[in-house]
Amino acid sequence: MATLNSRRAARLMISPAVLLLLAWMVVPLAMTIYFSMLRYNLLMPGMESWAGFDNYRWFLTDPAFFAAIGNTMKLVLGVLFITTVGGVLLALLLDQPFWGQGIVRVLVIAPFFVMPTVSALVWKNMFLNPVNGLFAHAAKALGLQPYDFLSHAPLASIIGIVAWQWLPFATLILLTALQSLDREQMDAAEMDGASPLQRFGYITLPHLGRSITVVILIQTIFLLSVFAEILVTTNGGPGTASTNLTYLVYAQSLLSFDVGMGSAGGVVAVILANIVAIFLMRMIGKNLER
Amino acid sequence: MGQITLRNVKKSFGEVDVIPSLDLTIENGEFVVFVGPSGCGKSTLLRLIAGLEDASGGSIEIDGVDATSLPPTKRGLAMVFQSYALYPHMSVRKNIAFPLKMAGMSAADAASKVEAAAKVLNLGDYLDRRPGQLSGGQRQRVAIGRAIVREPAAFLFDEPLSNLDAALRVSMRQEISELHQTLKTTMVYVTHDQVEAMTMADKIVVLHAGRIEQVGSPLDLYRSPVNTFVAGFIGSPKMNFIEGAEAEKHNAAMLGVRPEHIDIVEDGPWQGTIGLSEHLGSDTFLKVLVDGIGTLNVRGTGEVGLHTGDKVSLAPQPGKLHRFGKDGKALS
Ligand SMILES: Nc1ncnc2c1ncn2[C@@H]1O[C@H](COP(=O)(O)OP(=O)(O)OP(=O)(O)O)[C@@H](O)[C@H]1O
Ligand SMILES: [Mg+2]
Repeated sequence: MATLNSRRAARLMISPAVLLLLAWMVVPLAMTIYFSMLRYNLLMPGMESWAGFDNYRWFLTDPAFFAAIGNTMKLVLGVLFITTVGGVLLALLLDQPFWGQGIVRVLVIAPFFVMPTVSALVWKNMFLNPVNGLFAHAAKALGLQPYDFLSHAPLASIIGIVAWQWLPFATLILLTALQSLDREQMDAAEMDGASPLQRFGYITLPHLGRSITVVILIQTIFLLSVFAEILVTTNGGPGTASTNLTYLVYAQSLLSFDVGMGSAGGVVAVILANIVAIFLMRMIGKNLER
Repeated sequence: MGQITLRNVKKSFGEVDVIPSLDLTIENGEFVVFVGPSGCGKSTLLRLIAGLEDASGGSIEIDGVDATSLPPTKRGLAMVFQSYALYPHMSVRKNIAFPLKMAGMSAADAASKVEAAAKVLNLGDYLDRRPGQLSGGQRQRVAIGRAIVREPAAFLFDEPLSNLDAALRVSMRQEISELHQTLKTTMVYVTHDQVEAMTMADKIVVLHAGRIEQVGSPLDLYRSPVNTFVAGFIGSPKMNFIEGAEAEKHNAAMLGVRPEHIDIVEDGPWQGTIGLSEHLGSDTFLKVLVDGIGTLNVRGTGEVGLHTGDKVSLAPQPGKLHRFGKDGKALS
């Protein structure tokens, strides 16, 4: 019962956890902001000096920054597009009764359990490699020139790898949503003369709307910080062709040993992520209201 | 138009024969009610007529045209579902207009039809709401509205009132009956509610395990049930069944007598003690333990001054005894 007393007790009980979480978040954030205001290079320890907003100015005017923003957007939007469209189609397929349904469903979920580093390595060495990869073998078998995916289409390859990892998640959520669709509604639409395509457009898709927004929200949060797949496959290259914001921060602070710049980049990334989150929350709020 | 003929229709789900073989004719303009216990195949039969399930055998004719393999849309029937099956993300207006839109009707024509249907069903004030913002009775009216705008050859109702409370059920029941009188369209109505079946039907079809037990007007079934199943199913409270010596006296394996056909008299053939008395004012229901027969339910009209423990003498009304043979069939 939510009496005044029990609410007060509840607040008291959860306060240690909240305080701990707050400290956990505030301390690193404060330190990052502090570092971002310093001229702080790991190659010259003990030489830190106050830099004000110089780090931000340099970071934001660096051509790599714009490339990274563009790449991050392409990566997030590309993966979202592939996983939602593919997820809807796969969920529709898996919702049909067929022999071996249980096993197929487990297999479809499998990629989600593979660690990002591992799946990126598997893709890099066993599929995309221009000499030993499966795709290269397939191309040779067809008499074509093998294509070096990671050097000629690095961002597209990474989008493919990440989409492969997230497709099961989208499929799973959309499949459960499909299964909660009232069968009588579909029957009614059939009686009303809707063709299968119209039934999909007028009944199924609106029913999936909420789940699609949830998929987009959760995935965006994770996709903004894709890192392992890039580190393992392309190292952000060639040039900055596959560098996203997360990787740029890493490159600044740990490859160029410039902690100040890296921290400034981190703060910028946090601000951008929050802007995206606010937009998403509004969209979700509108969609979940009904 | 709206004549439906089922010939030798069969339906099985895998190994299970839900409907072994069934023949039935529904005349144009008739109000036909399917009744039967839960799981006897009423919904399945309705879905077969609608085309939502494929028959495993036999043929279905609608207005003299073989419709066995026609898809639901081509059959010209409209269905109202138990769960209403409204489209939750569309307004009431769009819900009702949906079949018209699917049929490719122009927006203006559809709008005027929706208005007309809304007028008939008193939905005018709700047209711009979502189904989620309506009460159960209003939702059911929207579902009926969606059915009538198509001007179907026949309406199919699958327990449309079972989610409503008792008072609303009575008024919706009357509304549907009035609708039938105005439209004069064939209606097929599934229910397990006695009162709905008796009051609404021109013709009742009693189903039991996928088989038709009896077809007839409500009073036909009440007066002369062909077997013990129909006798026990139609009528409320249930008919009393008497076996043993008393039945043999009448040359039958089983006797049936309705509670309202037993009189409390000065000196009748059956003597007993009242076990339970329920006084409703308009009626009095007595459970009487009769010597040599067992418990009989008796219905007294109005207020009866008898209580638990009182001794009574009972007599069946002449000509109201039903005699059944060993196989449960009625003996003439
Ligand atoms: N899709 C299906 N697969 C297998 N069996 C089914 C299916 N649909 C119905 N049945 C079976 O067919 C029988 C009749 O079902 P139906 O829904 O027609 O009953 P009903 O008379 O409408 O019952 P109720 O009054 O409870 O609605 C039941 O035994 C049910 O288990
Ligand atoms: Mg049913």
